[in-house]
Amino acid sequence: MPPASQALPASDSRAPDIAFKWVAALAAAMIVVLIVLVGWELYAGSRLSLGHFGLGFLWSSKWDPVQDKYGALPFIFGTLVSSLLALLIAVPLGVATALFLTELAPLRLRQPIIMAIEMLAAVPSVIFGLWGIFVMIPWLRDHLFVWLKHSLGFLPLFQGPIYGVSMLAAGIIIAIMILPIITSISREILRSVPNLQREAAYALGATRWEVLRIAVLSYARRGLFGAAILGLGRALGETMAVTMVIGNRPQISASLFAPGYTLASVIANEFAEATSDLYLNSLFELGLVLLAVTILVNIAAQVMLKSMTGSGPIKVN
Amino acid sequence: MLHIKSKWFALLGALTALGAASAPAQMLINGAGATFPQQIYTKWFDEYQKVDPSVSFNYQGIGSGGGQKQILAETVDFGASDGPMSDENLAKAPRTLWHIPTVAGAVAVSYNLEGNPQLSLDGTTLAGIFLGTITKWNDPAIAALNADVKLPPDDIVVVHRSDGSGTSFIFTDYLSNVSPDWKQKVGKGVSVSWPVGLGGKGNAGVAGQVKQTPGAIGYVELAYAHQNKLPFANMKNASGNFITPTVDSVTAALASASIPEDFRFSMVNAPGDKAYPISGTTWLLVYAEQKDHAKGEKLVQFLKWAYSDGEKYASALDYAPLPGAVQKRALERVQSIKY
Repeated sequence: MPPASQALPASDSRAPDIAFKWVAALAAAMIVVLIVLVGWELYAGSRLSLGHFGLGFLWSSKWDPVQDKYGALPFIFGTLVSSLLALLIAVPLGVATALFLTELAPLRLRQPIIMAIEMLAAVPSVIFGLWGIFVMIPWLRDHLFVWLKHSLGFLPLFQGPIYGVSMLAAGIIIAIMILPIITSISREILRSVPNLQREAAYALGATRWEVLRIAVLSYARRGLFGAAILGLGRALGETMAVTMVIGNRPQISASLFAPGYTLASVIANEFAEATSDLYLNSLFELGLVLLAVTILVNIAAQVMLKSMTGSGPIKVN
Repeated sequence: MLHIKSKWFALLGALTALGAASAPAQMLINGAGATFPQQIYTKWFDEYQKVDPSVSFNYQGIGSGGGQKQILAETVDFGASDGPMSDENLAKAPRTLWHIPTVAGAVAVSYNLEGNPQLSLDGTTLAGIFLGTITKWNDPAIAALNADVKLPPDDIVVVHRSDGSGTSFIFTDYLSNVSPDWKQKVGKGVSVSWPVGLGGKGNAGVAGQVKQTPGAIGYVELAYAHQNKLPFANMKNASGNFITPTVDSVTAALASASIPEDFRFSMVNAPGDKAYPISGTTWLLVYAEQKDHAKGEKLVQFLKWAYSDGEKYASALDYAPLPGAVQKRALERVQSIKY
């Protein structure tokens, strides 16, 4: 086949190129416009409370619709802590699963396990919530939490009364929900580690564990970090299942057994019945705060990603 | 460019025409609001379809707050709310907006104690429990009301609604009515700042949590207590009798409540002998003057039917029908709607 430049006049061959470039640029611009629009709408919807409470909104712990006094601190705390807990649980589990699937599992086993993980991603949020209330919470309350309190009760993290519904329960349920995305992305990243890496390590006489550690994991570090960040993005906004197991109490407590509340949950819970203008505006402002928290966390992650050294060329976001 | 634009408009036009052609040749009346009465309203719409097939209804249970907003913005033909509108919100209405009560319901106080004993409670004790001043099941205040029940020395776990709801409004309205302490520290509303306790999402969430947690106490719509086979307390009413929440005891409360001209009233702690004290009604929000003549006519016809024939479907769904006198007043209000 002759090169395109010979078969067609130059001007004609450039037109589709330029058109495509603009279409693609437009698509990319839409995303930016969308985020700006969302931010603007949230700002416009929360003007009243922004003016009324000012910056104090961010560190006030009072949330009282009867007296029309609102503050975001317990919700910010709950959102960050529950998401962090989820990451602490889901990242090691997800990366280990991905390692097993790409490096260790017998070929016959891989496809069924991958399918099971993908099915986990397809389960609706509310189903996780129901399962959380009726299966996970009683088990946590009667077994895991009792054991934690018994063996680690000297830490403030594991003190206080056990209700079952708690910050920790929320962390666990979010962990289960973000496990599929972390596992799938980690698997893709581990798969893209060149075989040359592994062969070279084996040639140096490394054991299997050493190969994984030196040749595979350290090579894929940046990519795996990216997978964790995508998981975190999901965790911050998770709403339905969280509100069903977190206890919905706007308080800041050192204990992971205590109930908490998240930004997304309170918006979902109270939006439909909010009648006063200031109330509605404050809920909008919580949305604005959630957007800001998400953006800040992502920026922090990008900065950390940049500072990571000795890593391979793979980048996720 | 112009050519392309006109092509798009042609397509748009064709689509609109298609939509119009495929829509049934029926009148559609839109409503939105409270979720509590959604079941009975849906039942009414179904039954009314047989009476008048030329009109159909579309009701969205988006919550009382949404219902109030939408009727104020006139994006729906009627709104529905579990709490009366505040003076502030009502003042935003472009024309006279009427509250018309439809049915009432009870809020049951459910608990999880071993052996499911039948408890009796009064308002002060219930307020104490929800304020966090009464923390143990064998507290003297509870024991005094339940001499024949062996109460465990366990902690009370309070469960309340986490989502804004009419059920919470009725419950906190009651507590504010019977306890000055509650009124001053917490107050009433669809969402309040709860002094103690865990929040469950929806009636199902609270019922589930009470069922799962030993020592828990919570409040749910009566139907949910029935469905989940939860025990519920007999409440001491204003005349000193302990009353079980039933459809009849709610109707009794409604019959003895004083109802003002504009129907914006609270029926908690009603004085009747057999009145169950934690009950409330739910309202339709309708403009006194309908803009659209044909729609207004159909809406009024439907409401007339609802207050004469429709009320009989209520009790099967655990809603209390309006007592005769209130029904008559509601009907008069409906008949005075202009269209």
